[in-house]
Amino acid sequence: MCHQSVGLIARSLEAAGITTVGLTSAWSITQAVNPPRSVFVDYPLGHTAGRPNDSTEQRQIIVEALTFAGDAKAPGAMLDLGLSWNRTGDQTWKDHVMRPSADSDRSGDHSGDDRQPRTTEPQFQFAKDAAEVQQNCASCIFLEDS
Amino acid sequence: MSEPVDYIARTKALYASLNYPDYKWVTHTDAPPWSVLTKPLSECRVGLICSGGIYRLGQTAFHSQDDISLRLIATDIELDQIRITHFAYDERDARRDPNIVLPLEPLKNLRNEGFFASLAEHAYTFMGGIYSSRKVATILAPELTRRCLQDEIDLALLVPA
Repeated sequence: MCHQSVGLIARSLEAAGITTVGLTSAWSITQAVNPPRSVFVDYPLGHTAGRPNDSTEQRQIIVEALTFAGDAKAPGAMLDLGLSWNRTGDQTWKDHVMRPSADSDRSGDHSGDDRQPRTTEPQFQFAKDAAEVQQNCASCIFLEDS
Repeated sequence: MSEPVDYIARTKALYASLNYPDYKWVTHTDAPPWSVLTKPLSECRVGLICSGGIYRLGQTAFHSQDDISLRLIATDIELDQIRITHFAYDERDARRDPNIVLPLEPLKNLRNEGFFASLAEHAYTFMGGIYSSRKVATILAPELTRRCLQDEIDLALLVPA
């Protein structure tokens, strides 16, 4: 849903006159929501702007994206950067994405679902971060559902 | 290219296996809005918007139930102040190097080299894993648009996680 949300935001910005370019690692979701310009990085979710500690590749992705923002010719344009998560070209990581493991019973248990239960409690990376939260944090913007 | 992961199909299969109702993905068949850059990148002010559950030390973390709140992250922040928690992806690599979901270092380097003119004072982050597309389209997107217009950016880079 991250990709869907980002696509909706891109369309809103663009309608207000701001040029947008979005990275994406979820081609089908981005294609469905159809934002103005997208750059495809064929990596597992959570690596949309590159591999950790690879500043050369991270830079290249941003250069390509910003350049595409100026170069794309038609609304809905998608550019594939041709990156492969496994440098040998092996694609087997894709087999396991959002799929219950092969040896699990699929008859209704949640063995393939490793997501956390949903909660409205803040999910701090470190529990001790909770004690550091500033009172009346001006950079935390809470929006009301009208 | 090799076949991308079809997340829509995978979600459908996973939800069916869990007896969850199918998720209705937003599908636009109309052409998206279109605003072309009217000046070269070297004269553009760039803004950054990232999903992925990114906050900084001193801010409250996001929650996992349709959280539509925003965090402002100063673009000159030290990366060791960045924190990340999200329910829908493996955050381990992003916690080691936040640039893979919040590409501040590459952007600052490119700005310093004159590839583009300036970077907005703050990046905007949010949760992203928001089931209600209505809340995104009617609350979050207009608020971000209003703020980006205030920031006078020419170009927004959006990074989902």
